[in-house]
Amino acid sequence: MQLDDLYRRVIMDHYQRPRNRGRIENEALTVDLNNPTCGDRISLQMKLQNGKIEEAKFEGDGCSISMASASMMTETVKGLKVKQALQLVDLFSDMMQGSEVDLEQFPLEDIEALMGVAKFPARIKCATLAWKAMEKGLKNEYKEGL
Amino acid sequence: MNPYKKDFPIFKQTVNGHPLVYLDSSATSQKPFQVIEALEDYYKTYNSNVHRGVHTLGTKATDAYEGAREKVRRFINARSTKEVIFTRGTTTAINIVAQSYGRARLSKGDEILITPAEHHSNLIPWQQVAKSTGATLNYLSLRQDGSLDLDQAKEQVNTNTKIIAIHHVSNVLGTIQPIAELAALVHKQGGIIVVDGAQSVPHLNTDVQQWGIDFLAFSSHKMFGPTGIGVLYGKEHLLEEMEPIEFGGEMIDEVGLYESKWTELPWKFEGGTPIIAGAIGLGAAIDYLEEIGMEQIFQHDHALAKYAMEEISRIEGCTVYGPKERVGLVTFNLEGIHPHDVATVLDAKGIAVRAGHHCCQPLMRWLEVPATVRASFHIYNDDADVDALIKGIQTTKEYFGYATR
Ligand SMILES: Cc1ncc(COP(=O)(O)O)c(C=O)c1O
Repeated sequence: MQLDDLYRRVIMDHYQRPRNRGRIENEALTVDLNNPTCGDRISLQMKLQNGKIEEAKFEGDGCSISMASASMMTETVKGLKVKQALQLVDLFSDMMQGSEVDLEQFPLEDIEALMGVAKFPARIKCATLAWKAMEKGLKNEYKEGL
Repeated sequence: MNPYKKDFPIFKQTVNGHPLVYLDSSATSQKPFQVIEALEDYYKTYNSNVHRGVHTLGTKATDAYEGAREKVRRFINARSTKEVIFTRGTTTAINIVAQSYGRARLSKGDEILITPAEHHSNLIPWQQVAKSTGATLNYLSLRQDGSLDLDQAKEQVNTNTKIIAIHHVSNVLGTIQPIAELAALVHKQGGIIVVDGAQSVPHLNTDVQQWGIDFLAFSSHKMFGPTGIGVLYGKEHLLEEMEPIEFGGEMIDEVGLYESKWTELPWKFEGGTPIIAGAIGLGAAIDYLEEIGMEQIFQHDHALAKYAMEEISRIEGCTVYGPKERVGLVTFNLEGIHPHDVATVLDAKGIAVRAGHHCCQPLMRWLEVPATVRASFHIYNDDADVDALIKGIQTTKEYFGYATR
């Protein structure tokens, strides 16, 4: 068990200097999600326009992994089409299961650093919280289909 | 070397390359081989259902099962084995009282008093009963260190107070609450007291008669026994008047097509094939605890918690929660580092602690923290474990660059 696999420098950077932390001023889609087993919580906001995520911000309480993941996730989905964002959720979920993922498919950038979480089963839920919030919000908004 | 550690086979292993330092006994304790062997012996040599057949093994199993009940009776000093009901654990025991006693006795205008420091299992059952009966759920005040403010309680308890439900020892703060005083207080007003003993029964001498409490709930798995079994103690006259909440085999006297009659205490509350192996295992755990002696256990766990608290308080950036005098655990936070991250770094060193809200979300809000780290102790722990923890905390601070930030 190598701690450095988990706490990569990029992750600590996002934890200490979170991107997109705060609220969206205008009306936005808001999703609140808890991790009831450990008490982490996130409130995610997304501004959607023409099937695209124009803006994404979050607030919350949680460990370095959950907050860094939220920071990275919001950074990456900004500007993505809703459909792409949902594909990314699946890809991230595969990554957390430790499966091989096709990195060509998406520009994961910083998110790749979270790959090590798969080796720490107790922490996977921390990493997926923000992603679950994103998925829940988008699926709810596009219940009728994209 | 701790003389009891050798009784616990789990310590033969290393975790992540380090000898296991188990500091999570408040979640569940480890099991001595005496308990493991008692379970094995039952399954290997006299596995049978109880209270049914006339065959030899059945008799042996029944004797062992009922023998365990007698051990529990003696251990908590109940008047009679009729007052000792085997349940699935603390949670189920409290739910039986809430569902059976609570629902039948409470109505609008009645009051249930609990504290903000209850484990969810001594909180939600009362929320639910309040909702279904129209009774009011109110909170007793705690002092800054989490101990009950008895003076305030004297003001608060009134003739409408039908039930006080309170933890004896807090699973987060280690506080010991004055349950005997509270029992006297509520009895004077005609109410009863339900005590959550999940964290007290494993660590200190229990005497339900001396304390004068009406109900006591506790779990075997926190006192060296197996999971899946616990105890509800209740005063006989209260249990006598209560209706069972589970119906089926084993709990009946006579069954007709449209009506049935219940059998006598304690079996009235034990519908279905009981937790036979569990009870036998719990009996063996009680033998083990009694052999060491509860006074000795209390002193040991108390001294360790005190040592740990003093050492942790000394670390810069560490906040310890709860009172000075505490039972068997220390809850703390490291400034700027989330409890999960602390627990993960400690785990990499083979040190098992708990991080999170400890099933006490209202208490976390009361403490104004999202989560905490908890190190909890039992008889197999010693100063060396605390030293490993302290070293682990230092490592955690260094790892997260505490000093440079
Ligand atoms: C104070 C307290 N009450 C109740 C419980 C619930 O016990 P169980 O999960 O065994 O039913 C616990 C266990 O964590 C506890 O610490």
